[in-house]
Amino acid sequence: MNAGEALLEVQNLRVAIGESQILGGVSFRVREGGITGLLGRNGVGKTTTLRGILGLVPRTGSVTLAGEELTTLAVHDVVRRGVGYVPEDRDVFGGLTVEENLRLAERAGSEHRYDLVYELFPELRERGAQRAGTLSGGQQQMVALARALLNASNRILLIDEPTKGLSPLVVKRVADALERAASVTTILLVEQNLAVARHLVRDVVVLDQGAVVFTGDVAALIDDPALARRYLGLSAVASGH
Amino acid sequence: MSTIVLLLVTGLGLGALYFLVASGLSLIWGLMRVLNFAQGAFFTVAGYAGFFAAEALPGTSPWLRWCAGVLAGMLTGGAFAILTEVLLIRPLYRRPVGQVLVTVGLALATLALVEGAFGSDPRQVTLPDWMSATTTIFGAAIPNTRFVVILAALLVLLGLLFFLQRTRYGLIVRAGVENRAMVSALGIDVQRAFTLVFAIGGTAAGLAGVLGAAYYGTIDPSRGTSMLISAFIVVVIGGLGSIGGSALAAVLVGLLQQFLNFYAAAGVGDFAVVLLLAVVLLVRPGGLIGRAPE
Repeated sequence: MNAGEALLEVQNLRVAIGESQILGGVSFRVREGGITGLLGRNGVGKTTTLRGILGLVPRTGSVTLAGEELTTLAVHDVVRRGVGYVPEDRDVFGGLTVEENLRLAERAGSEHRYDLVYELFPELRERGAQRAGTLSGGQQQMVALARALLNASNRILLIDEPTKGLSPLVVKRVADALERAASVTTILLVEQNLAVARHLVRDVVVLDQGAVVFTGDVAALIDDPALARRYLGLSAVASGH
Repeated sequence: MSTIVLLLVTGLGLGALYFLVASGLSLIWGLMRVLNFAQGAFFTVAGYAGFFAAEALPGTSPWLRWCAGVLAGMLTGGAFAILTEVLLIRPLYRRPVGQVLVTVGLALATLALVEGAFGSDPRQVTLPDWMSATTTIFGAAIPNTRFVVILAALLVLLGLLFFLQRTRYGLIVRAGVENRAMVSALGIDVQRAFTLVFAIGGTAAGLAGVLGAAYYGTIDPSRGTSMLISAFIVVVIGGLGSIGGSALAAVLVGLLQQFLNFYAAAGVGDFAVVLLLAVVLLVRPGGLIGRAPE
Protein backbone atom coordinates (compact mmCIF):
# COMPACT_ATOMS: atom_id res chain seq x y z
CA MET A 1 0.00 0.00 0.00
CA ASN A 2 1.34 3.43 -0.92
CA ALA A 3 1.71 6.20 1.62
CA GLY A 4 -1.43 8.27 1.71
CA GLU A 5 -3.86 5.49 0.83
CA ALA A 6 -6.56 4.49 3.33
CA LEU A 7 -5.11 1.95 5.74
CA LEU A 8 -8.13 1.77 8.02
CA GLU A 9 -11.65 2.25 6.73
CA VAL A 10 -14.64 2.49 9.04
CA GLN A 11 -18.07 2.35 7.47
CA ASN A 12 -21.41 2.86 9.17
CA LEU A 13 -20.07 1.74 12.56
CA ARG A 14 -22.95 1.49 15.02
CA VAL A 15 -22.67 0.71 18.72
CA ALA A 16 -25.56 0.43 21.12
CA ILE A 17 -25.07 -0.26 24.81
CA GLY A 18 -28.32 -1.25 26.44
CA GLU A 19 -30.99 1.15 25.24
CA SER A 20 -28.46 3.85 24.34
CA GLN A 21 -27.25 4.28 20.78
CA ILE A 22 -23.67 5.49 21.31
CA LEU A 23 -22.57 5.51 17.66
CA GLY A 24 -25.19 6.02 14.99
CA GLY A 25 -23.25 5.12 11.86
CA VAL A 26 -19.68 6.44 11.95
CA SER A 27 -17.70 6.39 8.70
CA PHE A 28 -14.16 7.65 8.06
CA ARG A 29 -10.79 6.66 6.64
CA VAL A 30 -7.32 6.77 8.11
CA ARG A 31 -4.46 7.30 5.70
CA GLU A 32 -1.35 5.20 6.08
CA GLY A 33 1.46 6.94 7.92
CA GLY A 34 1.39 9.80 10.39
CA ILE A 35 -1.20 10.62 13.02
CA THR A 36 -4.91 11.08 12.40
CA GLY A 37 -6.81 12.76 15.20
CA LEU A 38 -10.24 11.64 16.37
CA LEU A 39 -11.60 14.72 18.08
CA GLY A 40 -14.82 15.96 19.61
CA ARG A 41 -16.37 17.10 22.87
CA ASN A 42 -16.61 14.82 25.87
CA GLY A 43 -19.07 11.97 25.50
CA VAL A 44 -19.53 12.09 21.73
CA GLY A 45 -18.30 8.52 21.20
CA LYS A 46 -14.56 8.78 20.53
CA THR A 47 -13.55 6.05 22.97
CA THR A 48 -16.46 3.89 21.84
CA THR A 49 -15.28 4.28 18.24
CA LEU A 50 -11.84 2.93 19.13
CA ARG A 51 -13.38 0.10 21.17
CA GLY A 52 -15.76 -0.61 18.30
CA ILE A 53 -12.90 -0.84 15.78
CA LEU A 54 -11.17 -3.34 18.03
CA GLY A 55 -14.36 -5.27 18.82
CA LEU A 56 -14.33 -4.62 22.55
CA VAL A 57 -18.00 -3.58 22.31
CA PRO A 58 -20.71 -5.25 20.21
CA ARG A 59 -21.00 -3.35 16.94
CA THR A 60 -22.36 -3.47 13.42
CA GLY A 61 -20.97 -1.96 10.25
CA SER A 62 -17.67 -2.52 8.57
CA VAL A 63 -14.06 -1.98 9.63
CA THR A 64 -11.33 -2.90 7.19
CA LEU A 65 -7.56 -2.81 7.60
CA ALA A 66 -5.79 -2.69 4.25
CA GLY A 67 -8.94 -4.11 2.71
CA GLU A 68 -9.39 -6.97 5.18
CA GLU A 69 -12.66 -7.03 7.11
CA LEU A 70 -12.13 -6.98 10.88
CA THR A 71 -15.65 -7.07 12.29
CA THR A 72 -15.92 -10.84 11.88
CA LEU A 73 -12.79 -11.43 13.97
CA ALA A 74 -12.30 -11.87 17.70
CA VAL A 75 -10.49 -9.04 19.49
CA HIS A 76 -7.17 -10.89 19.72
CA ASP A 77 -7.32 -11.67 15.99
CA VAL A 78 -7.99 -8.00 15.17
CA VAL A 79 -4.86 -7.13 17.17
CA ARG A 80 -2.89 -9.88 15.44
CA ARG A 81 -3.85 -8.37 12.08
CA GLY A 82 -1.95 -5.27 13.18
CA VAL A 83 -4.22 -3.06 15.28
CA GLY A 84 -2.58 -1.96 18.55
CA TYR A 85 -4.52 -0.33 21.36
CA VAL A 86 -3.62 2.04 24.18
CA PRO A 87 -6.75 2.55 26.28
CA GLU A 88 -7.83 5.77 27.96
CA ASP A 89 -7.22 4.45 31.47
CA ARG A 90 -3.89 2.87 30.46
CA ASP A 91 -5.08 -0.47 31.87
CA VAL A 92 -1.65 -1.61 32.91
CA PHE A 93 -1.68 -4.83 34.90
CA GLY A 94 -1.04 -3.31 38.32
CA GLY A 95 -0.14 -6.59 40.02
CA LEU A 96 2.49 -7.44 37.42
CA THR A 97 5.91 -5.86 37.17
CA VAL A 98 6.79 -3.41 34.42
CA GLU A 99 8.90 -6.08 32.77
CA GLU A 100 6.01 -8.58 32.88
CA ASN A 101 3.64 -6.00 31.39
CA LEU A 102 6.03 -5.54 28.51
CA ARG A 103 6.64 -9.28 28.12
CA LEU A 104 2.92 -9.83 27.58
CA ALA A 105 3.02 -7.60 24.53
CA GLU A 106 6.04 -9.30 22.94
CA ARG A 107 5.69 -10.69 19.44
CA ALA A 108 8.12 -11.68 16.75
CA GLY A 109 10.44 -8.73 16.21
CA SER A 110 9.86 -7.22 19.64
CA GLU A 111 13.55 -7.56 20.54
CA HIS A 112 14.35 -4.77 18.09
CA ARG A 113 11.55 -2.60 19.41
CA TYR A 114 12.95 -2.72 22.96
CA ASP A 115 15.69 -0.37 21.80
CA LEU A 116 13.07 2.17 20.72
CA VAL A 117 11.00 1.71 23.88
CA TYR A 118 13.96 2.15 26.23
CA GLU A 119 15.23 5.10 24.22
CA LEU A 120 11.87 6.82 24.60
CA PHE A 121 11.25 5.74 28.20
CA PRO A 122 14.56 4.82 29.89
CA GLU A 123 12.90 4.67 33.31
CA LEU A 124 11.00 1.56 32.24
CA ARG A 125 14.30 -0.31 32.13
CA GLU A 126 15.24 0.97 35.58
CA ARG A 127 11.82 0.11 37.01
CA GLY A 128 11.50 -3.27 35.32
CA ALA A 129 11.06 -5.14 38.60
CA GLN A 130 8.57 -2.62 40.06
CA ARG A 131 4.86 -3.44 40.16
CA ALA A 132 3.11 -1.37 37.52
CA GLY A 133 0.33 -0.47 39.96
CA THR A 134 2.81 1.50 42.07
CA LEU A 135 3.96 3.71 39.15
CA SER A 136 2.85 7.30 38.67
CA GLY A 137 0.18 8.06 36.07
CA GLY A 138 2.81 9.27 33.63
CA GLN A 139 4.92 6.16 34.07
CA GLN A 140 1.87 3.95 33.63
CA GLN A 141 1.16 5.78 30.37
CA MET A 142 4.70 5.00 29.28
CA VAL A 143 4.10 1.30 30.00
CA ALA A 144 0.85 1.39 28.01
CA LEU A 145 2.54 3.07 25.04
CA ALA A 146 5.55 0.76 25.29
CA ARG A 147 3.29 -2.31 25.13
CA ALA A 148 1.78 -1.07 21.89
CA LEU A 149 5.15 -0.13 20.42
CA LEU A 150 6.72 -3.49 21.28
CA ASN A 151 4.48 -5.28 18.82
CA ALA A 152 6.39 -4.73 15.61
CA SER A 153 3.55 -6.17 13.53
CA ASN A 154 1.16 -3.37 14.54
CA ARG A 155 0.22 -1.42 11.44
CA ILE A 156 -1.93 1.08 13.26
CA LEU A 157 -2.16 2.14 16.88
CA LEU A 158 -5.45 3.28 18.41
CA ILE A 159 -4.40 5.61 21.22
CA ASP A 160 -7.01 7.04 23.56
CA GLU A 161 -6.23 10.31 25.38
CA PRO A 162 -2.60 9.54 26.24
CA THR A 163 -1.98 12.92 27.90
CA LYS A 164 -5.08 12.91 30.10
CA GLY A 165 -4.30 13.83 33.69
CA LEU A 166 -0.56 14.17 33.14
CA SER A 167 1.73 17.04 34.18
CA PRO A 168 2.90 19.40 31.40
CA LEU A 169 6.40 17.93 31.52
CA VAL A 170 5.12 14.39 31.02
CA VAL A 171 2.68 15.58 28.33
CA LYS A 172 5.67 16.87 26.39
CA ARG A 173 7.47 13.53 26.70
CA VAL A 174 4.39 11.57 25.65
CA ALA A 175 3.87 13.89 22.68
CA ASP A 176 7.51 13.41 21.66
CA ALA A 177 7.08 9.64 21.96
CA LEU A 178 3.95 9.73 19.79
CA GLU A 179 5.79 11.77 17.18
CA ARG A 180 8.58 9.21 17.16
CA ALA A 181 6.11 6.31 17.09
CA ALA A 182 4.41 7.86 14.08
CA SER A 183 7.65 7.40 12.16
CA VAL A 184 7.28 3.61 12.44
CA THR A 185 3.52 3.13 12.41
CA THR A 186 0.19 4.83 11.68
CA ILE A 187 -1.68 6.28 14.66
CA LEU A 188 -5.36 7.08 15.23
CA LEU A 189 -5.26 9.40 18.22
CA VAL A 190 -8.06 10.56 20.49
CA GLU A 191 -6.77 13.72 22.15
CA GLN A 192 -8.53 16.43 24.14
CA ASN A 193 -5.43 18.60 24.50
CA LEU A 194 -5.75 20.68 21.35
CA ALA A 195 -2.24 22.08 21.59
CA VAL A 196 -0.91 18.53 21.45
CA ALA A 197 -3.35 17.61 18.69
CA ARG A 198 -2.40 20.70 16.68
CA HIS A 199 1.27 19.80 16.97
CA LEU A 200 0.99 16.08 16.16
CA VAL A 201 -2.02 15.48 14.00
CA ARG A 202 -2.27 15.77 10.22
CA ASP A 203 -5.85 14.75 9.43
CA VAL A 204 -8.77 15.02 11.81
CA VAL A 205 -12.08 13.26 12.14
CA VAL A 206 -14.54 15.08 14.40
CA LEU A 207 -17.39 13.31 16.08
CA ASP A 208 -20.53 14.86 17.49
CA GLN A 209 -23.43 12.96 18.98
CA GLY A 210 -22.18 9.64 17.68
CA ALA A 211 -21.63 10.73 14.07
CA VAL A 212 -18.82 12.22 11.99
CA VAL A 213 -19.35 15.95 11.46
CA PHE A 214 -16.01 17.02 10.05
CA THR A 215 -13.05 15.45 8.28
CA GLY A 216 -10.05 17.25 6.90
CA ASP A 217 -6.86 19.04 7.77
CA VAL A 218 -6.26 19.79 11.44
CA ALA A 219 -5.32 23.40 10.76
CA ALA A 220 -8.59 23.98 8.92
CA LEU A 221 -10.44 22.99 12.05
CA ILE A 222 -8.43 24.34 14.96
CA ASP A 223 -7.36 27.58 13.31
CA ASP A 224 -10.98 28.43 12.50
CA PRO A 225 -12.37 29.65 15.87
CA ALA A 226 -15.99 29.34 14.79
CA LEU A 227 -15.56 25.78 13.56
CA ALA A 228 -13.49 24.77 16.58
CA ARG A 229 -15.99 26.30 18.98
CA ARG A 230 -18.84 24.56 17.24
CA TYR A 231 -17.34 21.07 17.24
CA LEU A 232 -14.85 21.07 20.06
CA GLY A 233 -16.33 23.46 22.60
CA LEU A 234 -15.29 26.87 23.89
CA SER A 235 -13.19 25.67 26.78
CA ALA A 236 -11.28 23.30 24.58
CA VAL A 237 -10.38 26.07 22.17
CA ALA A 238 -9.32 28.31 25.03
CA SER A 239 -7.06 25.67 26.52
CA GLY A 240 -5.69 24.66 23.21
CA HIS A 241 -4.32 28.01 22.26
CA MET B 1 0.70 -34.38 72.88
CA SER B 2 0.04 -37.39 70.65
CA THR B 3 -3.57 -36.29 70.13
CA ILE B 4 -2.49 -32.82 69.13
CA VAL B 5 0.01 -34.21 66.63
CA LEU B 6 -2.59 -36.57 65.21
CA LEU B 7 -5.16 -33.77 64.87
CA LEU B 8 -2.55 -31.47 63.38
CA VAL B 9 -1.47 -33.90 60.67
CA THR B 10 -5.03 -35.07 59.97
CA GLY B 11 -6.18 -31.44 59.78
CA LEU B 12 -3.36 -30.65 57.39
CA GLY B 13 -4.33 -33.68 55.29
CA LEU B 14 -7.93 -32.55 55.14
CA GLY B 15 -6.77 -29.03 54.29
CA ALA B 16 -4.61 -30.50 51.53
CA LEU B 17 -7.67 -32.15 49.97
CA TYR B 18 -9.63 -28.92 50.24
CA PHE B 19 -6.77 -27.06 48.60
CA LEU B 20 -6.61 -29.45 45.67
CA VAL B 21 -10.30 -28.85 44.90
CA ALA B 22 -10.20 -25.15 45.82
CA SER B 23 -7.15 -24.26 43.73
CA GLY B 24 -9.04 -25.05 40.52
CA LEU B 25 -12.11 -23.16 41.68
CA SER B 26 -9.99 -20.17 42.53
CA LEU B 27 -8.09 -20.14 39.24
CA ILE B 28 -11.28 -20.58 37.23
CA TRP B 29 -13.08 -17.79 39.06
CA GLY B 30 -10.04 -15.53 38.99
CA LEU B 31 -9.57 -15.70 35.24
CA MET B 32 -13.02 -16.49 33.91
CA ARG B 33 -15.44 -15.23 36.57
CA VAL B 34 -17.15 -18.63 36.39
CA LEU B 35 -18.47 -20.22 39.58
CA ASN B 36 -17.83 -23.83 38.72
CA PHE B 37 -20.24 -25.95 40.72
CA ALA B 38 -19.14 -28.99 38.70
CA GLN B 39 -15.74 -29.10 40.45
CA GLY B 40 -17.16 -31.68 42.90
CA ALA B 41 -18.32 -33.78 39.94
CA PHE B 42 -14.73 -33.83 38.59
CA PHE B 43 -13.63 -35.04 42.04
CA THR B 44 -16.25 -37.82 42.12
CA VAL B 45 -15.82 -39.11 38.57
CA ALA B 46 -12.04 -39.06 38.88
CA GLY B 47 -12.27 -40.98 42.16
CA TYR B 48 -14.25 -43.74 40.47
CA ALA B 49 -11.97 -43.69 37.41
CA GLY B 50 -8.96 -44.16 39.69
CA PHE B 51 -10.74 -46.95 41.55
CA PHE B 52 -11.62 -48.87 38.38
CA ALA B 53 -8.19 -48.29 36.79
CA ALA B 54 -6.55 -49.85 39.84
CA GLU B 55 -9.05 -52.71 39.82
CA ALA B 56 -8.32 -53.34 36.15
CA LEU B 57 -4.73 -54.34 36.91
CA PRO B 58 -5.07 -57.43 39.14
CA GLY B 59 -1.93 -59.34 39.96
CA THR B 60 0.38 -56.37 39.49
CA SER B 61 2.28 -54.48 42.17
CA PRO B 62 -0.04 -52.56 44.55
CA TRP B 63 2.01 -49.41 44.03
CA LEU B 64 1.71 -49.76 40.25
CA ARG B 65 -2.05 -50.18 40.58
CA TRP B 66 -2.34 -47.18 42.85
CA CYS B 67 -0.17 -45.01 40.61
CA ALA B 68 -2.27 -46.10 37.61
CA GLY B 69 -5.34 -45.05 39.58
CA VAL B 70 -3.82 -41.64 40.32
CA LEU B 71 -2.93 -41.15 36.66
CA ALA B 72 -6.37 -42.27 35.49
CA GLY B 73 -8.05 -39.96 38.02
CA MET B 74 -6.01 -36.94 36.97
CA LEU B 75 -6.55 -37.61 33.26
CA THR B 76 -10.27 -38.15 33.78
CA GLY B 77 -10.62 -34.99 35.87
CA GLY B 78 -8.72 -32.96 33.28
CA ALA B 79 -10.64 -34.40 30.31
CA PHE B 80 -14.00 -33.94 32.05
CA ALA B 81 -13.09 -30.33 32.80
CA ILE B 82 -12.00 -29.61 29.22
CA LEU B 83 -15.25 -31.07 27.86
CA THR B 84 -17.24 -29.03 30.36
CA GLU B 85 -15.50 -25.83 29.36
CA VAL B 86 -15.71 -26.42 25.61
CA LEU B 87 -19.24 -27.81 25.42
CA LEU B 88 -21.09 -26.12 28.26
CA ILE B 89 -19.28 -23.04 29.52
CA ARG B 90 -17.97 -21.57 26.26
CA PRO B 91 -21.40 -21.05 24.68
CA LEU B 92 -22.48 -19.21 27.83
CA TYR B 93 -19.75 -16.58 28.23
CA ARG B 94 -21.32 -13.25 29.17
CA ARG B 95 -24.22 -15.20 30.73
CA PRO B 96 -23.06 -15.84 34.30
CA VAL B 97 -26.46 -17.07 35.52
CA GLY B 98 -26.53 -19.60 32.69
CA GLN B 99 -23.04 -20.76 33.64
CA VAL B 100 -24.05 -21.27 37.26
CA LEU B 101 -27.16 -23.19 36.23
CA VAL B 102 -25.32 -25.40 33.77
CA THR B 103 -22.57 -26.32 36.25
CA VAL B 104 -25.15 -26.98 39.00
CA GLY B 105 -27.08 -29.13 36.54
CA LEU B 106 -23.95 -30.99 35.54
CA ALA B 107 -23.09 -31.63 39.20
CA LEU B 108 -26.56 -33.00 39.94
CA ALA B 109 -26.67 -35.09 36.77
CA THR B 110 -23.21 -36.53 37.46
CA LEU B 111 -24.19 -37.45 41.01
CA ALA B 112 -27.32 -39.20 39.76
CA LEU B 113 -25.43 -41.00 36.99
CA VAL B 114 -22.70 -42.24 39.30
CA GLU B 115 -25.27 -43.39 41.86
CA GLY B 116 -27.24 -45.09 39.11
CA ALA B 117 -24.21 -46.82 37.66
CA PHE B 118 -22.30 -47.80 40.82
CA GLY B 119 -24.80 -47.48 43.66
CA SER B 120 -24.69 -45.06 46.56
CA ASP B 121 -22.87 -47.33 49.01
CA PRO B 122 -19.22 -46.55 49.71
CA ARG B 123 -16.68 -48.83 48.05
CA GLN B 124 -13.53 -49.88 49.82
CA VAL B 125 -10.35 -48.92 47.98
CA THR B 126 -7.28 -51.13 47.95
CA LEU B 127 -4.06 -49.38 48.89
CA PRO B 128 -0.41 -50.43 49.00
CA ASP B 129 0.51 -51.84 52.40
CA TRP B 130 2.57 -48.82 53.40
CA MET B 131 -0.35 -46.47 52.75
CA SER B 132 -2.67 -48.59 54.86
CA ALA B 133 -0.16 -48.51 57.73
CA THR B 134 0.63 -45.79 60.26
CA THR B 135 3.78 -43.96 61.29
CA THR B 136 4.26 -43.02 64.92
CA ILE B 137 5.33 -39.45 65.58
CA PHE B 138 5.49 -38.16 69.18
CA GLY B 139 3.36 -41.13 70.20
CA ALA B 140 0.67 -40.47 67.60
CA ALA B 141 -0.03 -43.24 65.10
CA ILE B 142 -0.63 -41.25 61.94
CA PRO B 143 -2.08 -42.96 58.86
CA ASN B 144 0.50 -42.70 56.07
CA THR B 145 -2.15 -41.53 53.61
CA ARG B 146 -2.08 -38.16 55.42
CA PHE B 147 1.56 -37.68 54.46
CA VAL B 148 0.84 -38.65 50.85
CA VAL B 149 -2.03 -36.18 50.57
CA ILE B 150 -0.04 -33.37 52.19
CA LEU B 151 2.98 -34.05 49.98
CA ALA B 152 0.81 -34.13 46.85
CA ALA B 153 -0.88 -30.83 47.76
CA LEU B 154 2.51 -29.23 48.42
CA LEU B 155 3.76 -30.39 45.03
CA VAL B 156 0.61 -29.06 43.35
CA LEU B 157 0.99 -25.74 45.19
CA LEU B 158 4.62 -25.44 44.08
CA GLY B 159 3.70 -26.51 40.55
CA LEU B 160 0.92 -23.93 40.33
CA LEU B 161 3.16 -21.18 41.70
CA PHE B 162 5.84 -22.14 39.15
CA PHE B 163 3.23 -22.14 36.40
CA LEU B 164 1.85 -18.75 37.42
CA GLN B 165 5.16 -17.04 38.09
CA ARG B 166 7.52 -18.58 35.56
CA THR B 167 5.58 -19.46 32.41
CA ARG B 168 4.05 -17.30 29.70
CA TYR B 169 0.63 -18.89 30.17
CA GLY B 170 0.91 -18.26 33.88
CA LEU B 171 1.65 -14.63 33.10
CA ILE B 172 -1.41 -14.52 30.85
CA VAL B 173 -3.56 -16.02 33.60
CA ARG B 174 -2.31 -13.50 36.17
CA ALA B 175 -2.93 -10.64 33.76
CA GLY B 176 -6.34 -12.08 32.84
CA VAL B 177 -7.34 -12.19 36.49
CA GLU B 178 -6.80 -8.40 36.55
CA ASN B 179 -8.21 -7.38 33.18
CA ARG B 180 -9.34 -10.01 30.69
CA ALA B 181 -10.34 -7.53 27.98
CA MET B 182 -6.91 -5.88 28.01
CA VAL B 183 -5.21 -9.26 27.61
CA SER B 184 -7.27 -9.78 24.44
CA ALA B 185 -6.40 -6.26 23.35
CA LEU B 186 -2.73 -7.31 23.43
CA GLY B 187 -3.49 -9.97 20.81
CA ILE B 188 -3.62 -12.90 23.22
CA ASP B 189 -6.23 -15.63 22.79
CA VAL B 190 -7.73 -15.67 26.28
CA GLN B 191 -9.99 -18.54 25.25
CA ARG B 192 -7.01 -20.89 25.22
CA ALA B 193 -6.05 -19.76 28.69
CA PHE B 194 -9.66 -20.46 29.79
CA THR B 195 -9.45 -24.05 28.56
CA LEU B 196 -6.02 -24.51 30.11
CA VAL B 197 -7.20 -23.20 33.46
CA PHE B 198 -10.22 -25.49 33.39
CA ALA B 199 -7.95 -28.42 32.54
CA ILE B 200 -5.63 -27.57 35.44
CA GLY B 201 -8.58 -27.21 37.81
CA GLY B 202 -10.08 -30.52 36.67
CA THR B 203 -6.75 -32.33 36.94
CA ALA B 204 -6.21 -31.05 40.49
CA ALA B 205 -9.77 -32.05 41.42
CA GLY B 206 -9.14 -35.45 39.80
CA LEU B 207 -6.01 -35.91 41.89
CA ALA B 208 -8.04 -34.92 44.95
CA GLY B 209 -10.67 -37.52 44.00
CA VAL B 210 -8.11 -40.35 44.07
CA LEU B 211 -6.28 -39.01 47.14
CA GLY B 212 -9.61 -38.47 48.90
CA ALA B 213 -10.38 -42.15 48.34
CA ALA B 214 -7.04 -43.01 49.94
CA TYR B 215 -7.61 -40.54 52.80
CA TYR B 216 -11.06 -41.88 53.70
CA GLY B 217 -10.40 -45.46 52.53
CA THR B 218 -13.58 -45.47 50.45
CA ILE B 219 -15.23 -43.75 47.51
CA ASP B 220 -18.87 -42.76 47.31
CA PRO B 221 -20.87 -40.57 44.96
CA SER B 222 -21.73 -37.77 47.38
CA ARG B 223 -18.30 -36.90 48.78
CA GLY B 224 -17.61 -34.60 45.85
CA THR B 225 -20.56 -32.42 46.86
CA SER B 226 -19.42 -31.99 50.47
CA MET B 227 -15.87 -31.40 49.24
CA LEU B 228 -17.16 -28.71 46.86
CA ILE B 229 -18.91 -26.85 49.69
CA SER B 230 -15.76 -26.86 51.81
CA ALA B 231 -13.67 -25.82 48.82
CA PHE B 232 -15.97 -22.86 48.11
CA ILE B 233 -15.61 -21.75 51.72
CA VAL B 234 -11.83 -22.08 51.42
CA VAL B 235 -11.74 -20.05 48.21
CA VAL B 236 -13.84 -17.23 49.65
CA ILE B 237 -11.84 -17.10 52.90
CA GLY B 238 -8.54 -17.21 51.02
CA GLY B 239 -9.51 -14.67 48.39
CA LEU B 240 -11.04 -15.52 45.04
CA GLY B 241 -8.32 -15.90 42.45
CA SER B 242 -5.47 -16.26 44.95
CA ILE B 243 -3.69 -19.62 45.03
CA GLY B 244 -1.66 -18.65 48.07
CA GLY B 245 -4.86 -17.52 49.79
CA SER B 246 -6.52 -20.85 49.01
CA ALA B 247 -3.58 -22.76 50.48
CA LEU B 248 -3.62 -20.67 53.67
CA ALA B 249 -7.41 -20.90 54.04
CA ALA B 250 -7.42 -24.65 53.35
CA VAL B 251 -4.96 -25.22 56.20
CA LEU B 252 -6.97 -22.95 58.52
CA VAL B 253 -10.26 -24.66 57.70
CA GLY B 254 -8.84 -28.18 57.96
CA LEU B 255 -7.20 -27.53 61.33
CA LEU B 256 -10.20 -25.64 62.73
CA GLN B 257 -12.55 -28.47 61.80
CA GLN B 258 -10.33 -31.20 63.26
CA PHE B 259 -9.46 -29.49 66.52
CA LEU B 260 -12.93 -28.13 67.37
CA ASN B 261 -14.75 -31.29 66.31
CA PHE B 262 -12.48 -33.19 68.70
CA TYR B 263 -12.09 -30.81 71.65
CA ALA B 264 -15.52 -29.11 71.60
CA ALA B 265 -18.10 -31.45 70.07
CA ALA B 266 -18.76 -33.10 66.74
CA GLY B 267 -20.08 -30.45 64.34
CA VAL B 268 -18.65 -27.46 66.24
CA GLY B 269 -15.67 -27.36 63.87
CA ASP B 270 -17.93 -27.18 60.83
CA PHE B 271 -19.96 -24.42 62.48
CA ALA B 272 -16.76 -22.53 63.34
CA VAL B 273 -15.68 -22.66 59.70
CA VAL B 274 -18.92 -21.03 58.60
CA LEU B 275 -18.46 -18.44 61.35
CA LEU B 276 -14.92 -17.78 60.12
CA LEU B 277 -16.31 -17.33 56.62
CA ALA B 278 -18.83 -14.75 57.90
CA VAL B 279 -16.14 -12.86 59.83
CA VAL B 280 -13.79 -12.77 56.85
CA LEU B 281 -16.58 -11.56 54.57
CA LEU B 282 -17.40 -8.77 57.03
CA VAL B 283 -13.83 -7.70 57.83
CA ARG B 284 -12.01 -8.51 54.58
CA PRO B 285 -14.55 -9.02 51.78
CA GLY B 286 -11.74 -9.77 49.35
CA GLY B 287 -10.52 -12.69 51.48
CA LEU B 288 -7.34 -13.10 53.53
CA ILE B 289 -5.13 -12.68 50.47
CA GLY B 290 -7.15 -11.08 47.76
CA ARG B 291 -8.51 -7.84 46.44
CA ALA B 292 -11.78 -6.39 47.66
CA PRO B 293 -14.59 -6.99 45.18
CA GLU B 294 -15.26 -4.07 42.85
